[in-house]
Amino acid sequence: MSMNKDTILKVEDLKTYFPTRTGIFKAVDSVSFELKRGKTLCVVGESGSGKSVTARSILQIVDKPGRIESGSVLLTRADGSLTDLAKLDPRGKDIRSVRGKEIAMIFQEPMSSLSPVHRIGTQIGEALRIHFGTPKKEQRERVLELLRQVEIPRPETAIDRYTFEFSGGMRQRVMIAMALACNPQVLIADEPTTALDVTTQAEILDLIKKLQQSHGMAVLFITHDMGVVAEIADEVLVMYRGKVMERGPVEQIFHAPQDDYTRRLIGSVVKLEKKAEVRLTRTAIPAEAAPLLDVKNLSLTFPSGLKAVDDVSLTVRPGETLGIVGESGSGKTTMGRCLLRIYDPQAGAIDFRRPDGKTVDIRTADRAELKNIRREVRMIFQDPVGSLSPRKNVGQIIAEPLKLAGMRGRELDDRVAELMQQVGLEPAWRERYPHAFSGGQRQRIGIARAIAVKPRLIVADEATSALDVSLRSQMLDLMMKLQDELGLSYVFISHDMSVIRYMCDRVAVMYRGRIVETGDTDQVVNHPQHDYTRALLSAIPHPDPRDRRIHKRFRYDPARTVSANG
Amino acid sequence: MTDITSLPPDTGPSFNLSGKDMAVAGQWRLFWLKFKKHRIALASLVVIVFMYLVAAFADFIAPFDPNATNARFTYAPPQALSLFHDGSFQPNVKQLKMTLNTESMRREFQPDPAKPVKVGFFVKAQQPYYLLGLVPMQTKLFGLTNPQVGDSLYIFGADRLGRDIFSRVVHGAKISLSIGLVGVFMSLILGVTIGGISGFFGGWADLAIQRFIELLRSIPTIPLWMGLAAAIPVGWPPLRTYFVITLIVSLIGWTSLAREVRGKFLSLRSEDFVIAARLDGMSEIGIIFSHLVPSFMSHIIATLTLAIPSMILAETALSFLGIGLQPPIISWGVLLQEAQNIRAVAQAPWLLFTPAAAIVISVLSLNFLGDGLRDAADPYESVS
Repeated sequence: MSMNKDTILKVEDLKTYFPTRTGIFKAVDSVSFELKRGKTLCVVGESGSGKSVTARSILQIVDKPGRIESGSVLLTRADGSLTDLAKLDPRGKDIRSVRGKEIAMIFQEPMSSLSPVHRIGTQIGEALRIHFGTPKKEQRERVLELLRQVEIPRPETAIDRYTFEFSGGMRQRVMIAMALACNPQVLIADEPTTALDVTTQAEILDLIKKLQQSHGMAVLFITHDMGVVAEIADEVLVMYRGKVMERGPVEQIFHAPQDDYTRRLIGSVVKLEKKAEVRLTRTAIPAEAAPLLDVKNLSLTFPSGLKAVDDVSLTVRPGETLGIVGESGSGKTTMGRCLLRIYDPQAGAIDFRRPDGKTVDIRTADRAELKNIRREVRMIFQDPVGSLSPRKNVGQIIAEPLKLAGMRGRELDDRVAELMQQVGLEPAWRERYPHAFSGGQRQRIGIARAIAVKPRLIVADEATSALDVSLRSQMLDLMMKLQDELGLSYVFISHDMSVIRYMCDRVAVMYRGRIVETGDTDQVVNHPQHDYTRALLSAIPHPDPRDRRIHKRFRYDPARTVSANG
Repeated sequence: MTDITSLPPDTGPSFNLSGKDMAVAGQWRLFWLKFKKHRIALASLVVIVFMYLVAAFADFIAPFDPNATNARFTYAPPQALSLFHDGSFQPNVKQLKMTLNTESMRREFQPDPAKPVKVGFFVKAQQPYYLLGLVPMQTKLFGLTNPQVGDSLYIFGADRLGRDIFSRVVHGAKISLSIGLVGVFMSLILGVTIGGISGFFGGWADLAIQRFIELLRSIPTIPLWMGLAAAIPVGWPPLRTYFVITLIVSLIGWTSLAREVRGKFLSLRSEDFVIAARLDGMSEIGIIFSHLVPSFMSHIIATLTLAIPSMILAETALSFLGIGLQPPIISWGVLLQEAQNIRAVAQAPWLLFTPAAAIVISVLSLNFLGDGLRDAADPYESVS
């Protein structure tokens, strides 16, 4: 067997199957690739494409009942010999000596990958003890050095802290330190930044890149985010339903894709890089129009003392889409829920203009009034699974708000059918239960339920973030189509700038419960005024390998807190 | 902020959604499909159904009056049933010949192969009876075709008064199995109501109820039962005693159910689909009955099934200690009470083993069934 001397890991014709009740599910179907020293291979694909299983197959940690059916995973060991990992016993000594020592892995969820009952120093030291038998004293020295490498501030104190004392980004750094403990030749990163905010993501991507260069590691990076791919990949493997659709240098994948699926994938990403076409041609909404929703100085403090919404003021004009963008913990979801009084804000006013021109303050509305307002202001939820009762069929789900509004019989049936058509679902599917639908279809059901009672304002809370990128633009297009047909206004809450830019007329940037900047989307995206907005924008990975820019991003540092938890 | 999360590899494939009929399968169908995979639970279900049928038709199945004594056959051993006699199919038992062992002063029984006693199906009962308390009947499932003096049919032996153990165990099933059901039913009402109030209203009501439950659970069960059972007047009619006993055994049972219901209420109340229903303008009562109750119904059924065995065991324990049901009521616990002395165990072990086997089999089956139901209780886990 001849192998290029730079090739550390060579995967050939790997097949991992899951036996199911109805047959065999081919999670990984004939996948081949090579990992080269000092290079990054990105495995990209939508959910269910088998990218994670591929990574897990390398280390033989596939969840039951999955098993490697055939194929080889050739690892060049430190001493130059070749080992086929696929042939090793998954519980044997040999594979354990590879795991962590020669091939390290970091996961998406740093919290569940770290033990909450041990100090982080002990956890990192554990790997050293197992693989090298490093004595206690040296362990501590080495762990401190590792923590310094992953740029954790004040390593001397951090080493004796517990994982729950760290933020998500810091935990991921600890995970990386743990992965680096034994100087692995290969680092497998399974969506390491998906659970993180964009600014934190940028930091972690930087760190991985830096460490890769200093350690000469090969990195296998699994992600669904084409922006991340463009920023860090040398080579790309595009997967779809367990199969490799295309494999090649990052430049080729983005600028000269050979495969249809890749082309569509890139197309849907690029589409979200600019404003939607239907919005470019639309006449601007007059700024002086009487606002549909006028929120003034809204504040909500949770019993824990957290000021989730802090003196927020914003307006939504009729027919307009207002984007609310912010990172996790910025209070944007809480604020959205205040608009429907799911939470009760303590101060401020939410003035909503009724069709007759009178305004009502939602914050102080009584029960009967609230019931009426909630027919005019509706909500689309983030989680397409949790927001539909699994015990009711689609027809019942969509009919529910109509029934409560007093509609019955034939009229109800017709309206449900009409709504299903409107959101692009077959009316014949009304007998089906939510489990029979994909994420995108479920979100359409959620939209149908929201528009059923002919609302005037819809609060969409991260309505697209649980969806794959190819579905996102479809969903947004649907929402804009409905906006034009029904004269809707949206409050569109998202952490994803590209979605905001695609769809929103105006945008408000939230940071720690406050709105730091409001303005027309073009203005905010192209000429951000506030430093936080600038930092947020510059940390977004740009899906073009020719224009890598997160490494020269702008860092926002609110002067008062130099956060140790960054 | 969660973004697209790659599906955990084991959830996607384990549930194939492409089948058309799965698409329209409701909660109970999915429940059944998942339950069916649990083989032991399925077998247990068959056993349980069989046992309850036996209990319901006890009068028909038991060949003799469970209280009929026969001084001739005290402590008679089980008689083997043979199917053939003289080369032809003719179910029979051998007549028992009694000798008095003068040394140990015990009666000893020997089957006499020369004297077969014919056994037949659908024989005439000695006394007419009412099946299920309604249908007048004079036929038994099986029995002696032509009973003569000195003939006997004790397939599980006889007790110290010569009563047929088999008939007594079959009749005991009526009380023992139903006490589980009635007790669980009372637990259900108490548990769902109190747990629902606790979970729904929250606040001080929740606090008070939870503390009360903790208090109840901190009292050692057996002494509590003993204290309450001892308070039942001896002169009460059997039926009233029976109901008071079920009340006593369900006294503890409802607490765990109440906690289960409260927990489900709390976790479901913050689910998005419940919030969506509230935004749709549904009233709180409407939400409870159209969203919350269907969501935890299957859990409740599973919990209830797991609670029945503890009720059965509680009744048995009380009756065994002599403070539960009293003769002439027949329950498995009462039967075990007869096997308390060493003489009975040494000389007539069937007194102990027959009712004990009935208890063990029913409790085990109910536990397995409950396990299966619990695993199937949330058929959507693997889907989402």
